[in-house]
Amino acid sequence: MAPTEDNRPVAFVTPLVDIETTDDGYVIRAEMPGVEKGGLEITVDNGEMTILGRRKPTEFTAELIYREIELHDFRRVYELDPSIDVTKVGAKIDDGILTVTLPKAETVKPRKISVQ
Amino acid sequence: MNIVRYQRYPQTDLAAVLDRITSMQAEMDRVYNSTIGSSFRSPASLSRWNPAVDVYQDKDQFVVVAELPGLKKEEIEILLQDATLTIAGERKHEGSREQGFFTERFYGKYQRSLTLPTPVDPGKVKASYRDGLLQVVLPKAEEAKPKQIEVALK
Repeated sequence: MAPTEDNRPVAFVTPLVDIETTDDGYVIRAEMPGVEKGGLEITVDNGEMTILGRRKPTEFTAELIYREIELHDFRRVYELDPSIDVTKVGAKIDDGILTVTLPKAETVKPRKISVQ
Repeated sequence: MNIVRYQRYPQTDLAAVLDRITSMQAEMDRVYNSTIGSSFRSPASLSRWNPAVDVYQDKDQFVVVAELPGLKKEEIEILLQDATLTIAGERKHEGSREQGFFTERFYGKYQRSLTLPTPVDPGKVKASYRDGLLQVVLPKAEEAKPKQIEVALK
């Protein structure tokens, strides 16, 4: 049986995303197939958020006879709207979809002001 | 093996598309040293979501891996007819679309069919879905496996 090729990815691709806007903030869903929790790196630096996902290496000993799946890791950078509360950013990954929740800061949300 | 080439971004120039399909056929023939012969799948599928697949082989089985992130079990259908494997389904929208919704992801129906070069045992096919990757293991039919034949030299 042939040994595994060295399948280490060498570059990044931008993952496809959906961005949903709500009153409370934003939700980003990024497609990162083959990435699990341990492969994720999400950093926020100076108003810029980087989402990075590394694919888990394949473990087949069988021979690859047809390839379409590109073995790049995923990376995308966003400039965050100043209204986002960066201390409350949440992320999770399920079935290859990274979901990042970006809540707006409380003070920015529309507020009713009662008139005396 | 009979596969429509994966196109991540749809091509609008039909001539260029047909060129690619023709040269892909020649490439496949070379890989398999066989005349594939049967008809191409229609190019209509090139403008829709076409999940990428990889195919692995060893002496006992094929393994087909498809990139299908964010699907539920009922959104994936796997069919096997003779040596043709079809992976199909439909991805539905999640989340609210009332306010601004920016989307790059593909939704709706998808289908990939591939014809494997050797017969497989349908009773032993197993599929699993993890981290957005669907993995289908198709053991080769007994009579199709390569066999060692002893040659007695006198």
